[in-house]
Amino acid sequence: MKKFISNNIIWIIVLLIVLILPAVFNSATTLQLLTQMAIMVVFALSYNMLLGQCGLLSFGDAVLFGLPGFFTIHFLRFANQHIINIPTPFLPIIGGISGLIIAYIISLFATKKAGATFALITVGINEVVVSSALMFNDFFGSETGISATREGFMGISFQSQLQVYYLVFIWTCVCVVLMYLFNNTPLGKIANAVRDNPQRTSFIGYNPIKVRSRVLTLSGFFAGIAGGLYAITWEQVSYDNISLMQSTLVLFMVYIGGMSFFYGPIIGAIFVTFLTFYLSAFTEAWMLYLGLLFVIIVLFSSNGLAGIVNYFKTFWEAKQLRAVLKIYSLFILPLILIIFSFVTIVELLFRWSSKGYSAASLSIYGMQISAGSLWLWLILIIVGLAGSFGFKWARNIAKANLEQLSSKMGIEG
Amino acid sequence: MNFEFSGVQCSLKKNLNLYTQTTLESVSIMEYLIFSVVNGILYGLLIFMLSSGLTLIFGMMGVLNFAHASFYMLGAYLAFVTSRFLGFWPGLIIAPLLVAALGGLLERYGLRKVHVFGHTAQLVLTFGVSYIIGEVVKLIWGKIPVEYVIPKELDFILFNISTTGFHAYKGFMVVVAIIMFLGVYILIKKTTLGMIIQAALSNPVMVGELGHNVSAIFTGVFSVGCGMAALAGVISGNLYITEPQMADRLGLIVFVVVIVGGLGSLTGALLASLGIGIIQVFAAGFNYSLADLLIGLGFTVSKTGLMKLSVSQTSEMIPFLLMVFILIFRPKGLMGVRET
Repeated sequence: MKKFISNNIIWIIVLLIVLILPAVFNSATTLQLLTQMAIMVVFALSYNMLLGQCGLLSFGDAVLFGLPGFFTIHFLRFANQHIINIPTPFLPIIGGISGLIIAYIISLFATKKAGATFALITVGINEVVVSSALMFNDFFGSETGISATREGFMGISFQSQLQVYYLVFIWTCVCVVLMYLFNNTPLGKIANAVRDNPQRTSFIGYNPIKVRSRVLTLSGFFAGIAGGLYAITWEQVSYDNISLMQSTLVLFMVYIGGMSFFYGPIIGAIFVTFLTFYLSAFTEAWMLYLGLLFVIIVLFSSNGLAGIVNYFKTFWEAKQLRAVLKIYSLFILPLILIIFSFVTIVELLFRWSSKGYSAASLSIYGMQISAGSLWLWLILIIVGLAGSFGFKWARNIAKANLEQLSSKMGIEG
Repeated sequence: MNFEFSGVQCSLKKNLNLYTQTTLESVSIMEYLIFSVVNGILYGLLIFMLSSGLTLIFGMMGVLNFAHASFYMLGAYLAFVTSRFLGFWPGLIIAPLLVAALGGLLERYGLRKVHVFGHTAQLVLTFGVSYIIGEVVKLIWGKIPVEYVIPKELDFILFNISTTGFHAYKGFMVVVAIIMFLGVYILIKKTTLGMIIQAALSNPVMVGELGHNVSAIFTGVFSVGCGMAALAGVISGNLYITEPQMADRLGLIVFVVVIVGGLGSLTGALLASLGIGIIQVFAAGFNYSLADLLIGLGFTVSKTGLMKLSVSQTSEMIPFLLMVFILIFRPKGLMGVRET
C-alpha cells in the first residue's frame, strides 16, 4: 500500500486537487469549464489510444464522440417522456456502447492501412455523417440540435452544476484508470508494435489489421462515453459536435499535450479547453493563436507540452534544474517582445479589417490609436525584429551552455 | 456559456447551388440535361485545375497536402488585391508566383524538417497550415466576400445554349484548364526534367548519386503544385465567389478526385474531376426521392424517413461515399499505378 502511494503520489495529489477545486471556484461558469475539461480528458485519451498507441491518425473522431452523444440525448429524452427509464448517472454507458458499435462498424473496413489512407477514410466518414445530419432531422435535430433534461436519481436531483461535476468526475476517473491499464495489456503493447512496424508484428504472428480494429473499437467505447457525458452535462447535442471542427480540436489537444506520454493528452485537453473558453471571450483571433501554437508544437516539440515537462524533469532528477532554468531564462525577454508585437499587430489588423479599413482610430489595451499611423506599425515591427534577434542570440548562448551542462551531467551520472 | 465555434464554416453549410445553378422544376427536361452537362463540366474543370497540383504533390512526393485548397483561396485573394491596383491580367501571373514562393518556403522550412517523423507529421503540419491560412485570410480581408470581378475584356456572352448565354469568361476558364492539363502532362511524360522527377520519386538516393539535387526537385514540385492551385483560385475566384469559406468548400473534394482518379495519374484526375462534377451537378438539380419513383411505378408509399430523401439532398455526400468505397475496394483508383 505504501509503495502504491509513493509510486502514484502525483496522481493522488491531482485527484485531491480536482476534488477540492469546486470549493474554491464555485461559480457556475467555472464549474462548467471544469466539467468540460473532464469530458475532454476522456475524449483526448481515447483519441490518443488511436494516434499515440496505434499510430492511426484520424480526422473524423468527432463521429465517435458526437453520434454517441446524440444516442445518449435521445435516451435522456425517452426518460423524460417515460418511455425507457435509464437513470441519468448511468446514461454515459449508452454513449459508450453506441460508440463501441459505431467504431466496430468503421473498423470492419477502415483499418487495412494506417497513415494517409486511414486519415482519408475517417475524413470521408466524417463528411458523410455531417451531410446526413442535414437529411435526418428527426435524429439530429435542426440548427439547435436535440435537447433534454436531466432526471434525478436516488434523491440526487442533478439540477446543480456541482452534482453534475462530481458525476462527470467519477466517470472520468474510471475511464482514465481503465485507459491507463489498457496500456499494459498485451493488446496495448502489440498496438505499440503495430504502430512502430506493422510488417514485423505480422511476422511474429499478430495480424496488424485485427489489432488496429480492436484498438479502434475500444477507443470508440471511451470516446462514446465522453460523448454521453457531454450530452448529460449540456443537456443538448448539436451539429457542432459531429463537425470537422470537433475532430480538429481533439487532434489539437493530443498534439499540443503530447502523444508519447500518457498524461500528455490530459494536459492538452485541459489547456485547449481553457483556451477555447477564455481566449474566445477576449479575442476574435483565438483560433489563429491556437493554430499557430499547434504548428509550432508540430515543428519544434513533437512530444508536446508533456515532452517539455519531461525535458525539465530529467534535469530536475540530475539536480540541475536551477542551472537549466537559468539558461532558459535568457529567452524570456525576447519571447515577450515577439509575442507582444505579434499579438498587437494581429489584434490591430482584426479591428481594422472588421471596419473595412475605413476606421481612423482603433482601440487596443484601452488606448485609442490612430490606425494610419506609420510610426505605430514601424515600432511594432522593430520590437518584433528586436525580439527575434534577441531570440537568436539567446539560442546561441544557450546551445553552448546546454552542451556544457549535459557533459557535466554525463560525468556525474 | 456554451462552446461557440464562431466563424467556423463547416463543410456541411457549403452551398453547392453556387456551382450548379439549376433546378429541375424551373426548366424543361432537355434544358436541365444541357445545363447540367455544361455546368457539370465547368465545375469539374475547376476541381481538376485544383487537383492537378495536388496530384503532382501527392503522386510525386507522397505528401498529402491538406493546405492545398488554402493556397487556392490565397491565390484568389492575392489576385483580388492585384486586380484592384494593376488589373486582372498581371494578377494572373503575380498571384500564382507569390503562392508558389510561399509553398516553396513551407516545403523547405516545414515539411522537410518534420519529414524525419514520417508522412503523418507532414500531414498534420499541412493541416495546421491550412487552419492558419484560413484564419489569416479572415484577419486581413474580413469574413464577408470581397468584390473580385471578371475582367471587362471577357465580360460578354460568347454564344447561346438554347435560351441562356455562355459567358466568355467561362470559355477562358476551359482553355486555361486544358492548357494546364497539357502543360503538366508534357512536363511529366515528355521532358527530361519530368523523367528526373519520376525517378526521384521511386529512387531518391540513386538520383542523388547521379548528381541531381533531389531536395531541390521536391521543393520545386511542391511550389509548382501550390502555384497551380493559386492559378485555379485566380481564375475561379471571380467566376464564383471569393470568401474565407471557399477553401473549405473544395478542400476535401480535391482529395476525392486524387484518390478516385488514382495516385499520380493526371488523366485519372481529369476523368474523376469531370465525373464527380457532372454527377454532383445532376444530383443537385434532381429533386425526386425514392418515394416519387415508387409512386411513379404505381406503388403506394408514405413519404417518411429514407423514402422522402431526395437525390439532391444526397449530392453533398456522394463524392465522399465514393472515396471511402474506392479506398476500401480499389486503393489504386481508376487509373493509378500505386496504392495509396
